[in-house]
Amino acid sequence: MSLTELSAAELLQRLRSGEVSATDAAKACLDRIEQVNDRVNAIVRVDRAKVLEDAGKVDQKRAAGQPVGALAGLPVVVKDLLCTQGEPTTCGSRMLRDFSPPYDATAVAKLRSADGVILGKANLDEFAMGGSTESSIFGPTRNPWDTSRVAGGSSGGSAAAVAASLAPLAIGTDTGGSIRQPAGLCGITGLKPTYGRISRYGLIAFASSLDQIGPMAHSAEDCALLLEVLAGHDPRDATSVDRPVPQYRESLITPLKGLKLGVVKDHFGAGLDEEVAAAVERAIDVYRSLGAEIRDVALPHGRYGVATYYVIAPCEASSNLARYEGVHYGYRTDEGQLLAELDAERKQLLAAGDKRAAENLDTALVRMYRKSRSEGFGPEVKRRIMLGTYALSAGYYDAYYVKALKVRRLIRQDFDRAFEQVDLIVGPVTPSTAFKIGEKTNDPLAMYREDLYTVTANLAGIAGIAFPCGQSKAGLPIGVQLQSPPFQEETLLRAAHQFQMATDWHKRRPALEK
Amino acid sequence: MSPYTVIIGLEVHVQLATESKLFCGCSTAFGAAPNTQICPVCLGMPGALPVMNRKAFELSLRTAAAINCQIARFTKWDRKQYYYPDLPKGYQISQYDLPFSHDGWLEISDPKGKFEPKRVGIIRAHLEEDAGKSMHDERAGLADSQIDLNRTGTPLLEIVSQPDMRSPAEAKAFLSELKLLLTYLGVSDCNMQEGSLRVDGNINLHIDTPGGKVATPIVEIKNMNSFRAVERALAYEAERLYEVWQETGQKLGDVPKQTRGWDDAANVTRGQRHKEESSDYRYFPDPDLVPVTVTDAVVEQVLASLGEMPVALRTRLETEFGLSAYDSDVLVNQGRALVDYFLHVATATGDGKLASNWLQQDVLRMLNERNWDIAAFPVTAPALAVLLKKVQAGELITSRAREVLQAMIDTGRSADEVMREKGIEQVDETELVALCQELVAANPKVAEDFKAGKMQAIGSLVGQAKKKNPNVNPGRVRELLIEALGKL
Repeated sequence: MSLTELSAAELLQRLRSGEVSATDAAKACLDRIEQVNDRVNAIVRVDRAKVLEDAGKVDQKRAAGQPVGALAGLPVVVKDLLCTQGEPTTCGSRMLRDFSPPYDATAVAKLRSADGVILGKANLDEFAMGGSTESSIFGPTRNPWDTSRVAGGSSGGSAAAVAASLAPLAIGTDTGGSIRQPAGLCGITGLKPTYGRISRYGLIAFASSLDQIGPMAHSAEDCALLLEVLAGHDPRDATSVDRPVPQYRESLITPLKGLKLGVVKDHFGAGLDEEVAAAVERAIDVYRSLGAEIRDVALPHGRYGVATYYVIAPCEASSNLARYEGVHYGYRTDEGQLLAELDAERKQLLAAGDKRAAENLDTALVRMYRKSRSEGFGPEVKRRIMLGTYALSAGYYDAYYVKALKVRRLIRQDFDRAFEQVDLIVGPVTPSTAFKIGEKTNDPLAMYREDLYTVTANLAGIAGIAFPCGQSKAGLPIGVQLQSPPFQEETLLRAAHQFQMATDWHKRRPALEK
Repeated sequence: MSPYTVIIGLEVHVQLATESKLFCGCSTAFGAAPNTQICPVCLGMPGALPVMNRKAFELSLRTAAAINCQIARFTKWDRKQYYYPDLPKGYQISQYDLPFSHDGWLEISDPKGKFEPKRVGIIRAHLEEDAGKSMHDERAGLADSQIDLNRTGTPLLEIVSQPDMRSPAEAKAFLSELKLLLTYLGVSDCNMQEGSLRVDGNINLHIDTPGGKVATPIVEIKNMNSFRAVERALAYEAERLYEVWQETGQKLGDVPKQTRGWDDAANVTRGQRHKEESSDYRYFPDPDLVPVTVTDAVVEQVLASLGEMPVALRTRLETEFGLSAYDSDVLVNQGRALVDYFLHVATATGDGKLASNWLQQDVLRMLNERNWDIAAFPVTAPALAVLLKKVQAGELITSRAREVLQAMIDTGRSADEVMREKGIEQVDETELVALCQELVAANPKVAEDFKAGKMQAIGSLVGQAKKKNPNVNPGRVRELLIEALGKL
C-alpha cells in the first residue's frame, strides 16, 4: 500500500515510529500530485522545494530529539482562501491572482506550529461562492470518482485532494455547506465546526457571520486530529469563542448506546434522489444497530433556509468584497487604456453637443473602481455583490435583510427545540450525487438548491459533519450528514467514527488510472 | 432687533487619546512618516479582523457621562459603506441605530453676559473609526494624489448636538466648553490643527414675517478649522441665508440640504460639488464584531470616576473663595492643573481674591509670555503662597513682591532666599521713626510747605527715605512723616 493511501492517523503512527520520515511522506504526496493532479485539478499551487524544506525541518527536529507538534510531518492541503504568508492567496479570483498576504491565517499558523507540512493550496469556487468549484480562474476541479463530474464546492479542491489521495488532510471552509457538500460528493469526511470554534483571522471573508474553517480527511478520526490543532480562542477574532478545546480523539471509542438521533421527515421528501435516500436510510439502520435511538424531529423553518441564506450571505459578501477596488492591492485595470477610453468618450459627447453628459462622465477614480471590479470578479461573485447591495439598500433593507435575520433566529430556535429531544440530527448532505461539469453553471437557482440540507447549520451557527455512507449504481459516493448542538463536535466525531468502525465506505478510494 | 432667529446645531468629531487604534494595536501618534503606523487590520487587508479597543470604549463612556448622556446597556457596531481611496475596507466601522450613548446636555454661559446661560441638548455620541488622509497635489500637470493611512482606525467620538444654539457666539461657547470638558477628562488633546477635533455646523434661520415664522432651508458647513472660523463662518452664513431668503423666498423643504465649505482666507462659504444621487450608506451590523453590553455597575463606576467638571468647579470658586463669575471662568478655563495651583495658594493664604489676582496678573501673564503651561512654571504653589503671606503680613509691598517673584522665576529660588540676596528685610519701627525725624529736621522747606497745606511736599521726603533704605514701607514712612511734621 502506497503511503498516500494511508489515513492521517495511520501515517502519523509510522512517522512517530520512525518507519517513515516527513520527507518520505511529503515526497510521496508530491509525486502523487505530479501524477494525477492534472486529472482532478484539486491543487492550484505547489512549491516542491519549500515543501521538502519544511518536511526536512520536522525530520531534523525529530532526529535531534526535540519535541514535535501533534501533526509532525503530516502533509496538509489548504484551501486557497486562507492566507499563507508571503505566498499567493488567490481565492480563485483574478482579483487576487497576484496577491501574497504578509501574514498567516491563524489556522495556518496553528498548522505550522503543530509541525504540519503545508503541501499546497487547494482550488475553490471564486471567493468560495459556489457549490461546484467551477468558477475558479484555475478552471474546474474534477471529481476523482468520475472526472466528468464536479467535486462539489466551494472546498472542492480540498475534498478532491483527499479523495484522490494527494494529501491525507485538508482544510476547507464552510459558509453554506462548502465543506460538507464536496465531502459528500467526493466520499470523504468533512466537519463544519460550530461558529466561533476556529479563528477566522486570515480566512478571506465571504459571509463573516456564516464562514467557518473545518477539517477534511478520510475519516472522523483524522478530522478529530486536525480539529484539535485548529480549534481554540484567538484574541484576533472577536467572534472566536473562549472555551476549552476537548481532546476529540479520546472520546471516539465511547459506544453510541442510548444516543438519540433525530430524523427530519422533510429531508426525505420531494427533490431527494432515491439512491441517496436509500443509502441514508441504510446509514440510519447502522446507527440503530449501534444502539442509537431514532426519533422524529421537526425543523419547520428549515424550508426557508436557502432563501434566508441567499439574502444574508450576499449582503455580507457585498460589504466584505468592497475592499477589492484596485487602489491598495489586487487587480487594477490598465490605467492608460482607461484614461484613453474616458478621453474618447468625452470627445464623442462634446462632438455630439452633449456638454452635460460630458461633465457627468465618471472621474478617472470612479472609472478605475468600475473597471477593476468588472474585470477582476467573475459572474457569480458579481451576482452576489449585486444581490447583497440591493438587499441592503434604503427601502429594501427591512423587507430583505431584517426579515432574513428574523427567519435566521427562527431556524436557530427550531434546532434548539429539536436538540432538547435528540443528541444529533441525521439526514442527507445533498439532494443527489455529483452532477456533470457545466450542468448547472447556467442555472444559479439549481446550484443554490445544492445547499438545501446544509445551509441551516450555518444560519444557526451549529456544527455538522458529512461522511460517506454508500455508492450510487454509477459508482459515485453518497454522503450522510450529522448535525449537533453548538460545541458538541465531540459527539459528532464520535458518532461518525463509530459508523466508520462498523462500515468501510470511508476506506474506498477512486480508481484514478490514466 | 434682528428680523430672524439663527438656529445652529453642531456635529463634533473628537479623536480619543488612546495609545492604539480602535480595532488594532497600531499607534495613534500624530506626525509620523506616512504609512508607518499601519497593519493588516487597519489596512483592511483580506482576512484581517477588527477587535475592539477596550480603552477607547472606556474613554467614550467617560465623555458621554460628562455630557450627561444616557449610556445604552447594549450597543453594537455597524458598517457605513462608501468608496473612497482613504477608506481601505470600503466601509467605516461606526454605530448607526444603537449608539452607546444618547440624550445628554452641556451647559454653556458667557461671563460677559453676551447670552443667558443655557443647556445645549446632545442628541447622541457614538464611537467610530477615522479614515485615512488623502493629499492631492493639484498643480497643473502634476495631478497626483497620495494616501496616508496612519490615521485610519483612530478612535473617533462623534457628538451631535440638538439645534439649540441661537447665535455664532453660543456655538463658539459650546465648542469651548466641550473642549475644556474633554481636556479635564483627559480623553483628547483637542488639537484642531492636527485634526483631533473637527466641527461641522448645521444652520438655518427662523424669520419673522407678517404671516408668522418661516424656516429657511438648512445648510451644512464644513472645513471650519478653528473656533474663530466656526464663529465667523456661522455669522457669515446667517447673513447669506437671510439674503438668499429675501431674494428667493425658499423655505425649508423647498430645496435639498446644501453643503458649503468655509474659505477662511476669503471669509466666505462656498457651495460644495453636489452629488447627483443622495448617498445610501447601506448600514448593517458588522458581523466581525460582537455587541457590547454595559452593566449598571460599570456606568456607576464611570460616573464616580469623573471628578469635578468645569461647571461645578466655577461654582465652587465663586462660593468658597468669593471670586467673581468672570475670575472663576478665567481660572477654570485654563485647565485643571492651574485650578489646582490656585486652590493651593488660595487655601494657604486664606484669600482667594488675592490668589486670583496674582495668578491672573502675574502667573498667567508670564505663562503667556514664555508659552509655558503651569507644570513648567518654576515657582510652585507653596512657594508663591509663602511670598503672598509676606505681603499679607505687611513685610513686603506689592511692587517689591513682584520684583521678588520675578527673581524667583528667573533663579528658581525661594522668596526668603531672594529677599536675603536682595537685602530685603523688614525695617525696625524705631529705626523708621528716627529716619523720618532726621529727614524732617534736614528739610525745613518741606515742613514750611506742609504747614502751608501742600501735602504733596511729603512725596520728596518719602523718595529720600526709600533712597536711604530701600526696604522701607513707603506707606508707613508717609504716616510717620505726617506725624513728625504735625508735631513741629
